[in-house]
Amino acid sequence: MLSFLLRAFFLACFVTNITLATQVINIGNGAEPRDLDPQTVTGVPEHHILLNIFEPLVGKDPKTLEPIPAVAESWKLSKDGKVYTFKLRTNAKWSNGQPVTAQDFIYAWTRLLTPATGAEYAYQGYYIKNGKDFYSGKIKDRSQIGLKAPDPYTLEVTLENPTPFFLSLLYHHSLYPVHEATVQKHGQRWTRPENIVTNGAFTVDKWEMNKIIRLKKNPHYWDKDKVALTEVNFYPTENLDTEEKMFRSKELHVTNEIPLEKIPSWQKDKTGVYQQYPYLGVYYYWINVTKPPLNNKLLRKALALALDRERIIKFVTRKGEMPAAAFTPPGTAGYFAKPRLPTDGREIARAKELLAQAGYPDGKGLAPIEILYNTHAGHKKIAEAIQQMWKQNLNVQVRLFNQEWKVYLDSQRTKNYQIARAGWIGDYNDPNTFLDLFLTGGGNNNAGWSNKTYDDLIAQAAKELNPKKRLEIFQQAEDILLDELPVIPIYIYTRAYLKDTSVMGWHPNIEDIHPLKFVSLSPKS
Amino acid sequence: MAPVFLVVVTVVFFMIRFAPGGPFDSEKQVPPQILENLNAKYHLNEPLWKQYWRYLVALSHLDLGPSFKHANRTVNEIIAEAFPVSLELGLLSLAWALIIGITAGGLAALKPNSLLDYVPMSFSIFGICLPTFVIGPLLVLVFGLWLEWFPVAGWTHWQHRLLPSLTLGFAYAAYISRLTRGGLIEISHQDFIRTARAKGLSEPKILVKHALRGGMLPVVSFLGPALAGIISGALVTETIFNIPGLGRFFIQSALNRDYTVVMGTALLYFSLIFVCNFLVDIVYVILDPRVRYE
Repeated sequence: MLSFLLRAFFLACFVTNITLATQVINIGNGAEPRDLDPQTVTGVPEHHILLNIFEPLVGKDPKTLEPIPAVAESWKLSKDGKVYTFKLRTNAKWSNGQPVTAQDFIYAWTRLLTPATGAEYAYQGYYIKNGKDFYSGKIKDRSQIGLKAPDPYTLEVTLENPTPFFLSLLYHHSLYPVHEATVQKHGQRWTRPENIVTNGAFTVDKWEMNKIIRLKKNPHYWDKDKVALTEVNFYPTENLDTEEKMFRSKELHVTNEIPLEKIPSWQKDKTGVYQQYPYLGVYYYWINVTKPPLNNKLLRKALALALDRERIIKFVTRKGEMPAAAFTPPGTAGYFAKPRLPTDGREIARAKELLAQAGYPDGKGLAPIEILYNTHAGHKKIAEAIQQMWKQNLNVQVRLFNQEWKVYLDSQRTKNYQIARAGWIGDYNDPNTFLDLFLTGGGNNNAGWSNKTYDDLIAQAAKELNPKKRLEIFQQAEDILLDELPVIPIYIYTRAYLKDTSVMGWHPNIEDIHPLKFVSLSPKS
Repeated sequence: MAPVFLVVVTVVFFMIRFAPGGPFDSEKQVPPQILENLNAKYHLNEPLWKQYWRYLVALSHLDLGPSFKHANRTVNEIIAEAFPVSLELGLLSLAWALIIGITAGGLAALKPNSLLDYVPMSFSIFGICLPTFVIGPLLVLVFGLWLEWFPVAGWTHWQHRLLPSLTLGFAYAAYISRLTRGGLIEISHQDFIRTARAKGLSEPKILVKHALRGGMLPVVSFLGPALAGIISGALVTETIFNIPGLGRFFIQSALNRDYTVVMGTALLYFSLIFVCNFLVDIVYVILDPRVRYE
């Protein structure tokens, strides 16, 4: 009798498990998010969550990344390209049932431009008229910022310059709306699960630090009938080996990354689980041009030409990355920078000549050069390969230094380095996010490089209405960059991760954006 | 204790601030106005001695301050969430360590220099030599991926507790087994054990009823620092199994330069070590009648 009951009990559990094959997805998300405040956070793990709990004015098609209606149903652009008029849908609601209005966006964007908020991405608001001046305090009256709401469901945005990528920019989390009353009431604690109010396809149900962030379908979301998933669980997965094991034991549907050593074996996978796609980012080395000997342009060019990028990708990184022949990733908003750097070893002879012209024939008289990278097995391997290439091809000695992340950032900021490893992911799909890195005095210009013609070209591109002409201006700027070489581009990023075959609606794209509104789980057989 | 506590507070406070890099450094440069605002909000622009004094005053109210990295939580909240997890992991691991260790050591002490001795002791050598980041993934591979008996990571259901506590406990079990064996063998040469044998009691009964109490003394001395060590040093196990414990927070916050979390955790660990050692002294008195008479 007992054994019968036991068997019946286990069978019941088993059956319930099968019939409850629910739309609950488990996703590995990398580092524990710092916060869920759209205006103050900066990281990719945070963005993965924010894009699902908040909804921007304009969304992105999950396949093509083209702008699609989100909170805004439709929009018009003025002839001079500076004024957008957005018509908001009238049935968009916050998770507490209140309607989403134009004022919510004005509040959020003004908040972004208020220094007291502590928004590191405040400069995303500079594209709006008087945004920069309000932020710096030149203008004290917030109504002077180019944002108007003639009625609750119309938002008029006046820009400083025609900004062709503005619709793409709206997808950045710093421009998501927030619920003013909630923020005012709870202050810094407004993002806690018991307080937070969101307008996206999902709401925050649970947030246990370092353990889980659980989202549940938002019952007030205007498009909730299209949302298949009922629950989303984001797991912090800093340890890549653990994450891979979690995937193999079916505890995760999608991972954030893959340990480097496991990539070759996963690349042989025939089940369609291994994903590898180009990503909107570039891996490169900064060169500190403020100190000799690297203030010598010929020396920098010799170093850049003496690298066999294809070898590095084939034998060191092995993720099918694209070797970088320019700085901006090809295909960024239709821009294909002309290749100015060799992708393989064909220019080594010329590199040797340039080295001699620089005053160091066959490496003689050149003190060892130092490469700095943040402690990480992958960066170390790449640096070692480059060290070997420069030694072999140019007879230039190289010393490698690794520093912990914060120290490494500090060293770059204080220009206490010669060559430093870096990576830059685009904030939006446009060459501007890559090329404005190098403006004179730019906050992220770690090379200390300055070129007036370059600055002028970038400023000119910001005002250019004709898309074709604009890309030509960028090409001119890029040519200057690749001639002076304050950076040595190495490869264009790829994203490599694992995705279970039951996950539908998760499309690869260059920005690696996968809004869960369009995702569902196919029932397992 | 209070003066030592104060020294620890002071040393940690100043040491973390001497490391280059601050809590608000990031790859995409923070605009200077923002940095000023953030520093002002958290009083990081005040002279160091003033910040130190401010911290001490708050500490006297048991307020460990806000987290610099996680704006919607205080350090007290973070520790309140993470510490019970580490505590549970630590106690479970210790339980495993004691069960496995004492049994193995006891068996070995029953028949020294026989197979009953060599087999458990060889296992214990493995436990001492293999680090947790080898044992952990091995257990995960066998019991998680091949046999699929237990989940691979996480801390939600009771099944999640088993592999991590075994991993962490195994290393300590090894030490405890050797200490138990040594302690029991030493005790078994005492007069009162010979008396028991003369009275005709069986070896196992002698071991459990008479020898164990005295033979446990070396284990008890080991336990104090071990318990503190298990709770604070579980970092590797927490990382392998994705457990939201205090060890992981400690390291993350140090790397993030989240000064307040680092300080709060360091002070907690210090208090823990102190309490554990104190408890051990008490247990010692209970176990060993000889100590009492002194």
